[in-house]
Amino acid sequence: MADAMLQERRDANTQGALLKVSNLEGWYGESHVLHGINFDVRQGEVVTLLGRNGAGKTTTLKAIMGILGKRKGSVVFDGTELIKLPARAIARLGVGYVPEERGIFASLSVDENMMLPPQVKPGGMSVEQIFELFPNLKERRNSQGTKLSGGEQQMLAIGRILRTGAKMILMDEPTEGLAPVIVQQIGRTLEWLKRDGYTIVLVEQNFRFAASVADRHYVVDQGKVVDMIPNEDLEANMEKLHAYLGV
Amino acid sequence: MFELLGIPPQALFGQLLLGLINGSFYAMLSLGLAIIFGLLNIINFTHGAQYMLGAFVAYLLLQYLGVGYWGALLLAPIIVGAFGIVLERLMISKLYHLDHLYGLLLTFGLALILQGLLRNEFGISGLPYNIPSQLSGGQNLGFMFLPNYRGWVVVASVIVCFGTWFMIEKTRLGAYLRAGTENPTLVGAFGINVPRMITLTYGFGVALAAFAGVLAAPIYSVNPNMGAELIIVVFAVVVIGGMGSILGAILTGFGLGIVEGLTRVFYPEGSSVVIFVIMAIVLLVKPAGLFGRTA
Ligand SMILES: Nc1ncnc2c1ncn2[C@@H]1O[C@H](COP(=O)(O)OP(=O)(O)OP(=O)(O)O)[C@@H](O)[C@H]1O
Ligand SMILES: [Mg+2]
Repeated sequence: MADAMLQERRDANTQGALLKVSNLEGWYGESHVLHGINFDVRQGEVVTLLGRNGAGKTTTLKAIMGILGKRKGSVVFDGTELIKLPARAIARLGVGYVPEERGIFASLSVDENMMLPPQVKPGGMSVEQIFELFPNLKERRNSQGTKLSGGEQQMLAIGRILRTGAKMILMDEPTEGLAPVIVQQIGRTLEWLKRDGYTIVLVEQNFRFAASVADRHYVVDQGKVVDMIPNEDLEANMEKLHAYLGV
Repeated sequence: MFELLGIPPQALFGQLLLGLINGSFYAMLSLGLAIIFGLLNIINFTHGAQYMLGAFVAYLLLQYLGVGYWGALLLAPIIVGAFGIVLERLMISKLYHLDHLYGLLLTFGLALILQGLLRNEFGISGLPYNIPSQLSGGQNLGFMFLPNYRGWVVVASVIVCFGTWFMIEKTRLGAYLRAGTENPTLVGAFGINVPRMITLTYGFGVALAAFAGVLAAPIYSVNPNMGAELIIVVFAVVVIGGMGSILGAILTGFGLGIVEGLTRVFYPEGSSVVIFVIMAIVLLVKPAGLFGRTA
C-alpha cells in the first residue's frame, strides 16, 4: 500500500507538473498587479502561496481560474494551456475554486448552493459523503446559504467543489477569521483531501496551518514569486520568511 | 340590490375586474422586466414594443397562415422570443461592459424603430382581432357580468406568473438563474455557461411580453402604440415593486391594477395618475421599492 503510494508519487514527479504557471501577468483595468508569476505544482501536492496583504495571491488564483479581466503569460494545467480559455472551460477541465469571500449565494439554500457547481469530471464525492465530512451542513440543508456561520459557509464553499470531481482545487484563505476548532476541522479536511490524491493550491496567512498541510511554499511579493521553501525547510527559513511577510 | 358607499355593485365590480385585467398585464410585463434586469442589468425599454409585436404576430399568423388564437398563444411568444435572442446576441450583449445607460438607449431606440416600422405599414387606427369562439359570451354572476375572455386573461396570467415564480424560486434551473443574478463571475468559474444563460433569459422575458401581447389582442385593438402607452405605467409598477424581485413584480402588478380600478370608481379624475402618485410616495419613503432589496 505504502509502496504503491510512493510509486505513484514518483510517477507523478517524472510526469512533471500538473500545473505550470509561467510569466503570468495580470491587470485590474489599467492597474498592473501581477508582474510575472512563476511556479508549478505536481500531481497530489499541496502548495501554498504566502505573502503580505496585497501581494497578489488572490489575483494569481483569479488569473489561473480565468476570472481576471486581462491576463497574459502561460498557465498549463494537465497539458492544456488555459490562458486564452474562459473560466467555464477551465472549470470543465477539472479546476475547482474556493474564493476568498467564500461566494455563498444568499438567494440559494444550503442544498442549492451545494448542488450549484455542475459535475465536471467523474469521481466526485456524493452529497451524503460531503455531509459526512461536514455534519453541521446537513442539519442546515434548508437554511438560506448566507445564514450559516462563517465556518459553515467555508465548509459549504469547499464541500460543493468536492462534488464536481475537480481534482485540483484553488483555495483562497479558507481559515481567514475562523475559530481555532473550525480551523482544525478544515485542516483535517485538507489532510484527508491530500491523502485522497487531490492537488491543492492554498493561499494562507495562517503560518502554522500552512505548515501543517503543505509540501512546499511559494512566497509572493509585489506581483512576483520571490522564493520557494520546501515545508521541511520552513523552520530554518523562519527569519527570511518573516522579513518577506513583514510580521 | 345592495350598494357600497353609494356605488352600485355593477360599477364597483366592473371596475375591479377592469383593474384586475390591467393588473394582469402589469404583472406579466413587470415580471419579464424584473427577470431581465436581474440577470442582464439592463432596463429593457424594448419590452413594450415586444408586447406589441406579440399581438402583431398573432394578427399576421391569422391573416397569412390561418393560425388562430390558440396557435398564436404558443407560436407568437416563440417567434418574438427568438427575435429577442437575436437582438441580445447581435446588439445588447456588446454593451454589458459599458454603463447601464447604453443598454437603456439601445433598447429605447429599438422600441422606436419597431413602432415606427409597424406604424408605417399598418397605420395607427388599430386592427381587429376576434375573441376565440370558445371564450365568447360571458357569465352573469348576479352582482356583475363577467365576459369569459376577460376571466380567461386573469386566469392565464396568474398561471403564467406563478409558474414563472415557481420555476425561478423552486427549481434547479431557477437556482442557476438566481446564482447568476447574484454573482455571474463565480457561476462561470463553476463551469456554467453564463452568456448562454443570459441569452435564454432575455429570450424568455421577451416571450413573456409577447404572450401578454397575444392575450391583449382581442381586448385592445392591435396597434403599434399599444405597448408604448402601457409600458410607461409598467415602469412605474416596477419602480414601486422594486427592481429584481420576482414575487414583488407579480404582486405589485396585480395590486396596482386593482388600486387603479378602485380609484376609477371612487375618484375617477385620479385614476390615470394614481400609480404615479404611489410611485412618488414609495420613492420618498422606500427608494428600493416595496419588495426591493436594499444594496
Ligand atoms: N478589484 C480590484 N480592482 C483593482 N485593484 C485590485 C482589485 N483587487 C485587488 N486589487 C489590488 O491588486 C493587488 C493585489 O491584490 P490581491 O487581492 O491579489 O492581494 P492578496 O495577496 O490576495 O492580499 P490579501 O492577503 O489581503 O488577500 C493589491 O494592490 C490590491 O489593492
Ligand atoms: Mg487575497
